[in-house]
Amino acid sequence: MNDKLRSFIEAAGWPRVIIGLFLLSLFVAAPFVGVRVDTSLSDTLVRVGMNGVMVLALVPMVQSGCGLNFGLPLGIIAGLVGAVTSIEMDVRGLPGFLVAMAIAIALAVVLGYAYGLLLNRVKGDEMMIATYVGFSSVALMCMAWLLLPYKSPNMIWGYGGSGLRTTISVQGYWLKVLSDFMSFNVGPYFYFPTGMFLFFALMCFLMWAFFKTKTGTAMTAVGSNPEFARACGIDVDRMRIVSVVLSTVFGAIGILVYQQSFGFIQLYMGPFYMAFPAVAAILLGGASVNKASLLNVIVGTFLFQGILTMTPSVINSIMQTDMSEVIRIIVSNGMILYALTRKVQVKR
Amino acid sequence: MASNEPILRLEHVGKEYFGNRVLSDVSFTLGPGEIMGLVGENGAGKTTLMKILFGMPVIHQTGGYDGKIFFEGREVSFKSPFEALDAGIGMVHQEFSLIPGFTATENILLNRESTRYNLLVEVFDDRLRTLDRPVMRQRAQRAISTLGVEIDPDTLCSEMPVGHKQFTEIAREIDRSNTKLLVLDEPTAVLTESEAEILIKAVRNLAAKGMSVIFISHRLQEVIDLCDKIVVLRDGHVVQEAKTCDVTVRQIAGWMVGRKVEESHREEGEVRSFGPTILSVRNLWVDMPGETVRDVSFQVRQGEIFGIGGLAGQGKLGIANGIMGLYPAGGAVELNGKPIRLNDPEGSLRAGMAFVSEDRRGVGLLLDEGIDWNMAFTAMQIQEKFIRPLLGGLVKWRDDRAIEECANEYIKALEIKCTGPKQRAVELSGGNQQKVCLAKAFVVRPEVLFVSEPTRGIDVGAKKLVLDTLRRYNREYGTTIVMTSSELEELRSICDRIAIVDEGRIAGVLPAQTPSEEFGLLMMGEIKVSTEEKVKACE
Amino acid sequence: MKDANVKEKIQRLLISNAVPIIFVLLSAVAIPLSGFTPQYLIQEMMTRVARNSFLVLSLLIPILAGMGLNFGMVLGAMAGQIGLILISDWSVSGLPGMLLAALIATPIAVFLGWICGTVLNRAKGREMVTSYILGFFINGLYQLAVLYGMGKLIPIRKAELVLSRGYGIRNAINLQGIRHCLDDLIPLKIGDMSVPLATYLVIAAFCLFILWFQRTKLGQDMRAIGQDMAVADSAGIPVERTRIIAIIISTVLACYGQIIFLQNIGTMNTYNSHDQAGMFAIAALLIGGATVARATIGNVFLGVVLFHLMFVVSPMAGKQLIGQAQLGEYFRVFVSYGIIAISLALHAWKRQKDRERARRSLRGQAA
Repeated sequence: MNDKLRSFIEAAGWPRVIIGLFLLSLFVAAPFVGVRVDTSLSDTLVRVGMNGVMVLALVPMVQSGCGLNFGLPLGIIAGLVGAVTSIEMDVRGLPGFLVAMAIAIALAVVLGYAYGLLLNRVKGDEMMIATYVGFSSVALMCMAWLLLPYKSPNMIWGYGGSGLRTTISVQGYWLKVLSDFMSFNVGPYFYFPTGMFLFFALMCFLMWAFFKTKTGTAMTAVGSNPEFARACGIDVDRMRIVSVVLSTVFGAIGILVYQQSFGFIQLYMGPFYMAFPAVAAILLGGASVNKASLLNVIVGTFLFQGILTMTPSVINSIMQTDMSEVIRIIVSNGMILYALTRKVQVKR
Repeated sequence: MASNEPILRLEHVGKEYFGNRVLSDVSFTLGPGEIMGLVGENGAGKTTLMKILFGMPVIHQTGGYDGKIFFEGREVSFKSPFEALDAGIGMVHQEFSLIPGFTATENILLNRESTRYNLLVEVFDDRLRTLDRPVMRQRAQRAISTLGVEIDPDTLCSEMPVGHKQFTEIAREIDRSNTKLLVLDEPTAVLTESEAEILIKAVRNLAAKGMSVIFISHRLQEVIDLCDKIVVLRDGHVVQEAKTCDVTVRQIAGWMVGRKVEESHREEGEVRSFGPTILSVRNLWVDMPGETVRDVSFQVRQGEIFGIGGLAGQGKLGIANGIMGLYPAGGAVELNGKPIRLNDPEGSLRAGMAFVSEDRRGVGLLLDEGIDWNMAFTAMQIQEKFIRPLLGGLVKWRDDRAIEECANEYIKALEIKCTGPKQRAVELSGGNQQKVCLAKAFVVRPEVLFVSEPTRGIDVGAKKLVLDTLRRYNREYGTTIVMTSSELEELRSICDRIAIVDEGRIAGVLPAQTPSEEFGLLMMGEIKVSTEEKVKACE
Repeated sequence: MKDANVKEKIQRLLISNAVPIIFVLLSAVAIPLSGFTPQYLIQEMMTRVARNSFLVLSLLIPILAGMGLNFGMVLGAMAGQIGLILISDWSVSGLPGMLLAALIATPIAVFLGWICGTVLNRAKGREMVTSYILGFFINGLYQLAVLYGMGKLIPIRKAELVLSRGYGIRNAINLQGIRHCLDDLIPLKIGDMSVPLATYLVIAAFCLFILWFQRTKLGQDMRAIGQDMAVADSAGIPVERTRIIAIIISTVLACYGQIIFLQNIGTMNTYNSHDQAGMFAIAALLIGGATVARATIGNVFLGVVLFHLMFVVSPMAGKQLIGQAQLGEYFRVFVSYGIIAISLALHAWKRQKDRERARRSLRGQAA
């Protein structure tokens, strides 16, 4: 029994076990400090659905050896452009959402391709450059949002007449268009967004299916041992570009899923730091810098969003202060730090 | 120039790595001012012997060594290179250990710079002493002059020709005031002929001043020209210790490679017949660091087992790597009369060639994945085996079940010891890993199979199985095999013809049954003395 | 033949100094657009150089030791800020106040620098990303200490420093007590412009220190490690220890740099001032023509001038050009991040090319 426990902890890693137990203790403590478990659970599940696809977006690049995609904002920008363009075209409901997706994906392919070309020139330093490419593009888009010739009254600054607002509501367009699909409530406090979860499951399935194809298999090999892949005749550079494009596309889809649940499109500096929670989540789920699985995504997103949801409510009730922000910073960055300082281990 | 007391004496030195004996009963002496040549094939034990002498930590970590070493009359046992350095033994390795952006002076005095005191040393650290550059320059100049070469001490190492880099390394050892024994490991490997001459003269200068030298080289001509005595190692034993003036070149070659004639694996009365030329290589060059190929040409007949041998670093490993596109290469290669495009791994694979690399873990395997993936991978990517086309061919779905079946087949055929087809490759032993690599090549059913160092680092039982499997594939399926190996006897037991590579070129191609010492002669570089005469006149 | 050589030399000169050249051109366009007087700009630059140079200089030593851009310098800035909070609480003003803050902050900076160095030693090859994330992580701990610890666990006497709930430091602290204390120490006026002479003297002294440091054994060891860790290690140089020392020095200097910075500004944004310290310093250094592997004192000053020139001029230029000052502000954010991205990419690309070229030189002569 002891051996089994030890091998589980070894395989899972101490940080994960500690955080898992921490989360469990929060759920247990919740009722005692006046926080409803069903609300918390519901909130956590909603947030998992919201963020899941963006965390999923990290998998291709990790698998192909490009490291953690700190340049996720690039895909998010593609999604934002799709969203505001769809609103500008005044298409509502599910069609509006699909139009947004179509535009976002098209743009994401183009951006991802250019991004992939850049990363191929800087092998070994991908993560740092990804971070700053992400930041620069967000800053560049800040200028673009100001100059974009869109006119929809829902999006424009009140007085002034041009330039998009910082936050744009999607109410009346495609708010919760996925979440509400086949959703159900259990009592007044528990809401389950079935549609969003179905969509998340669909995205997971597509990713899983991709890695079962010939190309997906090749991509895994490239990340696992690029020399091996090259010796087997695989075009390593091409595989990396494919992984970057995939990652950017999933990032674009991910932000749209997020927005339809959240209710708002956040422009300007909104996407600036969005890569970090996703990176922390997948690392928390057990991924390393060059290996990630769907299990890592699901477990990690659940743990991470659980911490984010539970910590403010429980700890604030206990200590009468709002420490959520600080705890979020410490946990997510601590997790990334741990992954970066681990020697490349062969054990999973 | 030897005086009475030898500066170095080895008595019955031996070394065993986890039951694998690599050195036994090595004894020799070296006097002050004497130059000794250390000669032997790969795996003869030269490197291990030097590691023991120089106190490399790996020796101590794996159980130490047998026997005694006496330096300057006292018994010594170094536990780290720094102890050896302090005692007076300097070593110049094959790979340069220089800081490219530093001048010759700075490199020669690396971590031993002359310094001047200043107040801040009291407050912080001894290392805040300022460098005394004029004194440093003097010291460097002195070391360079002792060598008898012309190098400006202020040149940056990155801008020096290769020969000067080598001299800078040697100057570094000389600057240590107490160096009495200098070990040079293949110092002329990267030098031009004229630079090598300068080096040899410089070493003679040093020896005349009293420095003892151990000179490791495979270029027999240099060993003959320079050394006073020669020690030949083979399979971990000292086969012979003699003065150079007492021996002939043929004798040296024989000592280096000759062994008891082993049972040939060839069946009695087997007549081997081959088809037309299947592989033709002309003027091949390959840029593989450490195994550079300069100009290689040969032809292989269909159905043949063709061996490529030679000493380490001479280029034999580069040939297969170059033909299979793993390193930049040029030249003309034809398979079945059709030209092969180089620098294109996919092209070489599609043409019908396969490669089992010498670098099992680095290139040959996906350590994190299962045996089944490893075996099926090449065939899946190149020949689309194990693929189920879905949606009218749009989606190429991986057929995991077929992969597993295939893996099980080969696990049985090659007797791979594992817990199942899904076991991760990293967990297998070396021998079993090699069998997986072979299986990966067999699945592709190549016309020509390149195998490099097939039995390196695997146990005796697995060795036999690997070689038998290769022979079986050659006899049953007619696969032409090109086998590169540093073990001459292995090549002689299985190949039909063997080419020896020296300095990036083919030194000769001989039938496998030719006596070993002929191959030994080919390995030892150009020799200016007739093989039968004594190498030089004794004094 | 000679012409080709000269052309090649000019080409290489242009490429290796591409970044500062682009910036000079940009400034040449933007300055007239902005409408500022040369006098105003020169005064601004004088103040900003005095204020920011120390921070940028602190980046030089880790680059010398081959550890890349030290994003962990924010750790030093945080240490400096803690010192300033405490002296504000104890009402120590003027130069003694500033010196006391530096004194208190130094052991904290050394400790944080030691942590940073140790962590970076465990992430060799990934130093920059790791120091970047470490900065965020320690920021979290800093907030824990300052937003929750101070007032509760660490006694704070002055009520005006503390938030209304009773503990935690306010968002903005008035540093009136030490404002300009170093700048005005030796008053100097040239025409209409006031020159912070003492600060410049401190910076000059520091530059001399850096030049002298490179001549010591420790500096030489760092240079060796920066070029080839393996060779340095086999020569007996204590690689890990030396790297940690490099980071500690950098962190302590960043601590002093932040104190100098804040004594000029006069107010401290408790939770934000240090955030941009790292980013801006690194952007400025890269704009001055430094790379991840090589940075000189010249790069520092050139970079600070060009960066801050653009900083001051962009909003007004944006306003004149498009009619929105906001555009100019976003433009300078874009340029700051973009320049780091380009520099990192250029450096990584160059490293790849160098590796390929080194391999090719091993090739023997073909037939």
